[in-house]
Amino acid sequence: MSETQPLRPTSVAEVQEAVRAYPRLRARGGGSKPALSTPQNGQTLLEMGGLRGVVEYDPSEYVVVARAGTPLAEVAALLAQHGQYLPFDPPFLAQGATLGGTVAAGLSGPMRQRYGGVRDFILGVELVDGEGRRIRGGGKVVKNAAGFDLPKLMVGSLGRLGLLVELAFKVFPAPKATCTLEVAFPRLEEALETLYRLAGSPIELYALDLVPPATLVLRLGGLSEALPARLERLQSFLGQPGQLREGEAEVAYWQGLNDLGHLGAGALVKVALTARRIPALERVLGPAPRRYLCAGNLLYLAWEGKLEELDALLKAQGLSGLVLRGTAPQPQIGIDLAQVFARKVAAALDPQGRLA
Amino acid sequence: MNPALSELQGLFPPGRLLTRPGELAPYASDALTAFRAQPLAVVLPESHEEVVEAVRWCVRHRIPYVARGSGTSLSGGSLPVEGGLVIGLNRMNRLLRLDPKERLAVVEPGFINLQVSQAAAPYGLYYAPDPSSQPVSTIGGNLAFNSGGAHCLKYGMTSNHVLAARVVLPDGQTVVLGSESLENTGPDWLGLFVGSEGLLGIVTEITLRLLPKPEAYHTVLAAYDALEKAGQAVAAVVASGLLPGAMEIMDALAIEAAEAAVQAGYPREARALLIVELEGEAPQVEAEARYLEEVIRQSGAYEVRVAQSQEERLKIWRGRKAAFSAVGRLSPDYLVQDGVVPRSKLGQALAEIENLSARYGLRVANVFHAGDGNLHPLILYNGRVAGELERAEALAGEILQLCVRLGGSITGEHGVGMEKKAYMPSMFTPEDLEAMQRIRQALDPLELANRGKMFPGDHPPHRPPSGPHPLEKAGVIARE
Repeated sequence: MSETQPLRPTSVAEVQEAVRAYPRLRARGGGSKPALSTPQNGQTLLEMGGLRGVVEYDPSEYVVVARAGTPLAEVAALLAQHGQYLPFDPPFLAQGATLGGTVAAGLSGPMRQRYGGVRDFILGVELVDGEGRRIRGGGKVVKNAAGFDLPKLMVGSLGRLGLLVELAFKVFPAPKATCTLEVAFPRLEEALETLYRLAGSPIELYALDLVPPATLVLRLGGLSEALPARLERLQSFLGQPGQLREGEAEVAYWQGLNDLGHLGAGALVKVALTARRIPALERVLGPAPRRYLCAGNLLYLAWEGKLEELDALLKAQGLSGLVLRGTAPQPQIGIDLAQVFARKVAAALDPQGRLA
Repeated sequence: MNPALSELQGLFPPGRLLTRPGELAPYASDALTAFRAQPLAVVLPESHEEVVEAVRWCVRHRIPYVARGSGTSLSGGSLPVEGGLVIGLNRMNRLLRLDPKERLAVVEPGFINLQVSQAAAPYGLYYAPDPSSQPVSTIGGNLAFNSGGAHCLKYGMTSNHVLAARVVLPDGQTVVLGSESLENTGPDWLGLFVGSEGLLGIVTEITLRLLPKPEAYHTVLAAYDALEKAGQAVAAVVASGLLPGAMEIMDALAIEAAEAAVQAGYPREARALLIVELEGEAPQVEAEARYLEEVIRQSGAYEVRVAQSQEERLKIWRGRKAAFSAVGRLSPDYLVQDGVVPRSKLGQALAEIENLSARYGLRVANVFHAGDGNLHPLILYNGRVAGELERAEALAGEILQLCVRLGGSITGEHGVGMEKKAYMPSMFTPEDLEAMQRIRQALDPLELANRGKMFPGDHPPHRPPSGPHPLEKAGVIARE
């Protein structure tokens, strides 16, 4: 695929040199999202794993700063030692996904339901732009309004606006105890009605997933002494006891979902949407394994057929998707999100299209 | 008449095009009254198309402009460009759509922050960002400056609650950034736009995210005989693994002022007050309250009060929210600062501010969002004493440098605007600032949109003596 040997920078200066020396580059962290990190059309591969390690972490600040090539698993393990976690719950921990790859792909997981996604937790960024310039934006404190919000811009930027070299995140204390309730409904309409009722209620869920055809998976978290009472209230809200998961089996259940492997083979695609779009989508997606996260705001699905078909299908629904695994000419499928604001900002950061 | 102006007359009817000095005077400054500038004209559009027309007129005639809401900016962000156009958006103040099921509200930029929550209240929903200016400040202004409030540690800032925006770019083209989904499949263009201080465009329609109102609150007021102990209490709360919705600290001077203004019933002799508020599902809040009680007990508070009713809760907050304008009673003039330090450096920052206060011979009252390290030192001075304003500004500048030195930021929520642009180089390198400028110039090569703000190096406008804003005197807005 690649026409040149991969580069393995171990410093920001080496990343800068690489950008200046090669006409076209594609960055790769852990390679867990190959559709986004495989070089194409003469791109030189830049392996970012050499820029690795936590730079600052003071648990009392709720802030962690790390080099972009740091594996998520390493950060998660460090946070867990202090009872903290990444609240946006990024996928592919066991597959070696890195902080930089997660931000560039803009990926969050089921627990984003409670406090928000990766865009809500990124605080600061250091990047090398398409001209090899080293640029910082944001900061390392949880509240900051100085300058343009470059950290948020980098979420979902797919490595095309800059190569991420260091990132700062807000982190939170992890729930002391969790439990999960699985509730099946006779039809999708009833599952969706309950999803809306839950999302508009003061019940605070760590996850609110919809598993087609009509099952809701709900995760509660908090202080263990309050959990039984909250579970009882949730069950009475639902009007049915549901199937309860607790203890280690519950933790293992969610860990098992983190690699999205349960969706099976085929191209792995993320779709951004709202719950309102689900009924129409369900009518056309056929047997493709899938799961809706965060009260219907996020869909991960596996597509066995041609991606061109899914692309057309999403376009017809007015939705956009991102291919994480699988072969597509462009990872962005569905409706075209390009507009003049995007083109001009991209040209400002990468005028020669080295990262495009 | 200036031919450009007569062309503008063709675009806006009389009454929505202001050009006489008397009509322009209310627009000469915002809540940062130390700055003042005379615009050429003010237009008051009532539609997206009229905003487009106004921007295109500016481009045709190379006239710089600033979009303005209620003018509550504390960083001078809505100060007019001298000789430029003010695009006043207060007439675009409609709630276009409220969708309780999808939990979103679509508003025009002149819609008032607090009215979003009021409109959503019948459905058990609310809009989370709560800057103290929220009874008057507009969503358009909140978006431009990424406004904060007292709940940012847990809930984030304005940027975390905006789903989509219709934007008139500096060349007059229209784009829609974002969507109704919380997720995205490409670069977060909307994330870049929010907080860009009016330099990258003007919003004409905004989709906001609404949250369910928490079921229960638990509000604790703790009094300390030393500011340091209150700061340590905050660290202890965080170390315990609790995530309160808000943690606020007031020092002795701020307590004195708040009491004089609203009689919140605070312990007057306290050297520091800490307000901690838990919120969430009732059983969870009850359980957390027991942990909090233990943490506060061990923190050396000499008096602890727990709000027993919604009325008592609001009374505790009333004093806190009034603290800023109340300080006006203690001094003829004051400057409000807005800096951020890492939470663990709060104690050190406060001690250094106290030293600076003594060295400059100016009193400083401290009211701050302790949960997110956001300091709001209020520097008291008398504008009639020669040189005091300059001393107050020098002291304010030292506080900002201190925040940067401790690893924080020059602004937590007020923005850079006019006030802090000279401090941008202490936080960012020339390369960082140049990158931001490149983005700006790509969208606005003529630098017409809010020219002279955020980036260092432009000439300061006229500087008459400062004092309270007319709205502030009337008790309508508070400086925070």
